[in-house]
Amino acid sequence: MNYRTPVKQARGLGSAHEGAAHWWAQRVSAVALIPLGLWFAVSVIGLLAADYDTAVNWMSQPWNAVLMSIFLGVMFYHSWLGVQVVVEDYVHLEWLKLVTLFVVQFAHFLLAAYAIFVVLRLAF
Amino acid sequence: MMAIPERPRSPHLQIYRFGWTMSMSIFHRLTGVIQSVGLVLIAAWLMALGSGPKAFAAAHSVTGHWLGRLVLAGWSFAFFYHLCNGIRHMCWDLGWGFEIPTAKRSAVAVLVTVVILTVGSWWLAGSAFGGGA
Repeated sequence: MNYRTPVKQARGLGSAHEGAAHWWAQRVSAVALIPLGLWFAVSVIGLLAADYDTAVNWMSQPWNAVLMSIFLGVMFYHSWLGVQVVVEDYVHLEWLKLVTLFVVQFAHFLLAAYAIFVVLRLAF
Repeated sequence: MMAIPERPRSPHLQIYRFGWTMSMSIFHRLTGVIQSVGLVLIAAWLMALGSGPKAFAAAHSVTGHWLGRLVLAGWSFAFFYHLCNGIRHMCWDLGWGFEIPTAKRSAVAVLVTVVILTVGSWWLAGSAFGGGA
């Protein structure tokens, strides 16, 4: 005989109550990327014409290194969240969706770590 | 065998009459994906910078080539589009601008701003190159 109440059986099967977390994280990173992105655009315009020494010297300035690291971190984070939604929307085959989501996440973390590492190595 | 009840479905793209403002929304997602691909290029550029003068010179010749320039130009347009239209989306998130005439006007404002920012930044880049492309 089952003495459990229906509530006990249903608990944990419904909403995890964090549905808005992904959405919110995407907005917060988007707001941060407005000034960071404009700063990056201006910087890249200056760096396109720069030679190697000028570019390394620019990257080793403390503020440039800090802002570039933050820009890369937030940008990769925002990109990861965005691509995740795109995959969830268009890949319907369950196993393929899961594999793609894993690959997307790993690729974002790998490239983010690598990019920030290069910036910091040039700065120190 | 239990029959799965037919549930009401949310209509998808093909059901709607095409409106040009909806291509703004599609383009927002497209330009977002372009930024994600662009991040690989940013990482590659940093990889070249971290590897030394020779690798940097190679990257320089890619960004200096007319084809590289064309990709950069398209990329910058996509970048500014996603930035400006993202701000438009945030206004909607705050509950502002849902009326159709307002949404159409903000769409035009986004497109005009994107063209100004793209052309303006390349004009700036042109003077940074010292006249020669």
